[in-house]
Amino acid sequence: MTRVKVKKKTNWRRFIPVYLMMLPGLAYFFINNYMPLPGIMVAFRRFNAQLGIHGSPWVGFANFEFLFATQDAWIITRNTILYNTAFIIVNTVLAILVAALLSELSGKLKNVYQSAILLPNLISTVIIGYLVFAFLSAESGFINNTVLPFLGISPISWYTEPSYWPFILILVNAWRGVGYGCIIYLATLTGFDRSYYESAMLDGAGRGKQFLHITLPLLKPTIIMLTLLSIGRIFYADFGLFFQVPMNQGALFSTTNVIDTYVFRGLVQLGNISMSAAAGLYQSVVGFILVLFANVVVRKIDPDSALI
Amino acid sequence: MYKNDRIFNYIGHVLMLIVTVMTLLPFILLISSSFTDNDAILRYGYGFIPSVFSTFAFEWLFITNGEIILRAYGISFLLTILGVILSIVITTPLAYGMAKQGLPLRKIIIMYVFLTMIFNGGLVPTYLNYTQVFGLKDTFWALLIPNLLTNGFFVLLMKSYFATSIPNEILEAASIDGASETRIMLQVAVPMAKPIIATIAIFVAINYWNDWLNGFVYLARRTDLASIQVLLNRIMQNVQVLQQNAAAIGGEAAVGLAQTPIVAVRMAMAVMGVLPIVLVYPFVQKNFVKGITLGGVKG
Repeated sequence: MTRVKVKKKTNWRRFIPVYLMMLPGLAYFFINNYMPLPGIMVAFRRFNAQLGIHGSPWVGFANFEFLFATQDAWIITRNTILYNTAFIIVNTVLAILVAALLSELSGKLKNVYQSAILLPNLISTVIIGYLVFAFLSAESGFINNTVLPFLGISPISWYTEPSYWPFILILVNAWRGVGYGCIIYLATLTGFDRSYYESAMLDGAGRGKQFLHITLPLLKPTIIMLTLLSIGRIFYADFGLFFQVPMNQGALFSTTNVIDTYVFRGLVQLGNISMSAAAGLYQSVVGFILVLFANVVVRKIDPDSALI
Repeated sequence: MYKNDRIFNYIGHVLMLIVTVMTLLPFILLISSSFTDNDAILRYGYGFIPSVFSTFAFEWLFITNGEIILRAYGISFLLTILGVILSIVITTPLAYGMAKQGLPLRKIIIMYVFLTMIFNGGLVPTYLNYTQVFGLKDTFWALLIPNLLTNGFFVLLMKSYFATSIPNEILEAASIDGASETRIMLQVAVPMAKPIIATIAIFVAINYWNDWLNGFVYLARRTDLASIQVLLNRIMQNVQVLQQNAAAIGGEAAVGLAQTPIVAVRMAMAVMGVLPIVLVYPFVQKNFVKGITLGGVKG
C-alpha cells in the first residue's frame, strides 16, 4: 500500500514540468475560446460601450424579436443553408469524378494536375475577390469587354444584379474547393485493392461499370462521412467567400448575405453590436445542435470518424 | 484491351488538361492584367494577353511608392514567421502532454481542448473580449493572437500523432535512463514528430499569410500596421485608399496622384499577395497534401 502511495506522489511531481509546458496552450484556449463565452449575453442587452457587456441594459429577447421580425433573418438563413447544400452536392460530385479519373491515369503529369487544382485552396479570399473582379468588373472586366461582345450580348452589370450570384458563387466555390475534396477521395482510392478492378476487367466490365459498381461503393463510407460532417456545419458559411467575392455590394445582399456576413456587418460596419450578437448566438445554438446531431449519426456508422 | 486502355488514358489526360487550364485561367488573367498598360485596361478591359504591355504598375508599386508595399510585406512576413514559431511552441508541448500516458487530469484536459472545436462565442463576444479586456484594438498583437491556435484542431491532430506514431517504450526507456520530462519531450519526442510539426507549420503559415479579417476588424486607425492582405482588402473596400496611403506616407507619391494607374496597380498588388504562396507551394505541397488527408475526415 505504502509503495503505491509513494509512487503516486512522485508521479505528480514528475509531471509538474509537463503541466508547466502545457500551461501556455491551456491559457490561450481560456483567453481565446472560453473567456468570450459570457459575452454571448450581450445578445440580451442593448449594448453601450461605456457601460460594457455586463453593465448595458437588459432587454431580454428584444434583439431576437427585432431580428426575426425583419426579412433579414429569413434571407440569411435561407442563403446559408441553400448555398451550403449546393456546395456539398456540386463539390462532392466533381471531387469524386476528378479523383476517379486521376486514379486511373498514368504518367508524370498526374502530379501537375493535382498541384494545379489544389492551388486555389491556398489563396486568400481577398485575392479570389480580385480574380473574380478581373472577370466581372462592369467597366473593365474580361467578360463584359471580350466575351459578351463576341457573343453579341450587351454588357451586364454583374455587381448590381443579384440573380446571377448563386451561379457565380457556386462556380467560384467549386473552383476553390474541388481540389481539396479530390485529395481526400484520391487518398481513399489509392488505398484500395486493385484486384477488384482486375477481376472486373476480366469479366468484361468497362470503365463506366467499374466506376459505378466498384469505385462508388468503395468510396461510399468516405462520402457519407464527409457529407455528414459538412451537414453538421451547414449553418456556418464560408465568410471570406461571401464577403469578398460579391465585394460587399449592398445591391447583391438578397442572394449573397449569409449569417456570417450579417453578423460581421452588424459589428464592423453598422456598429449594431447587440443585433449582431443576437444573430451570432442564433447561429451558434442551431449550429451546435446540428454538429452534435451529425456526430451522433457519424458515430453510429463509424465511431473512428466522429468528432465526439 | 490494351489499345482501349491507351485511348482511355489519352482522353483522361485531355480532360484533366482542360480542368487544369480552367483552374489556372484566373491566375493568368491576373498576371496578364498586372503587365498591361493602365489606359489599355480602361479601354479594352482585363485580358489574357496584355493589349499594351507595360511594367508601369510594378514600377509604381516598387519605385514610385515602394514604401507602401515594402511595409505591408514586412508586416506580412513578420506576422507569418512569428505566428508559426509561437503556434508550434505552444501547440507541441500541449499536444505532448495530452498524449502522455498516466498524466493525471489528462482526460479533462483533452475535453477542455476538444470543446473549443465544437462551440465558440462567435465574432462579437470574441471582439469585445479582445478589445475591451485586452485592448488589442489597433495593435500588432490583434493580427497575431486571435489566429495562434484558433481552436483545438491542430493540437488534437498532433496529440494523436504523438499517441500513435511514437512508441511509448521509447519514451519509457528515456525516462528509466533518468531523463527529465522536458528532456524527453525536446530530445526524443519532438525529433520524431518533425513530419507532423512541419505539416501543421505549413497550414499555420498559409493561414497567417492569407489573413485579412483580423486587420479589418481590429485595425481602425493604425492603417500603417496593415499586412499585404489587409491592404488588398482595404483597397477592395475603397479604391481611394491607395491614394490616401500614398499621401499619408508622403514623398513623391502625392505628386502623381491624379495619374494613379489604379486599375493595373490593383492587379499588380494582388500578384504580390499570391506570389510567395506560389513560390513556396512546390516545396510544401507534399506536406500540405498529407495534412489534408490526415485532417480530411475530421476537418
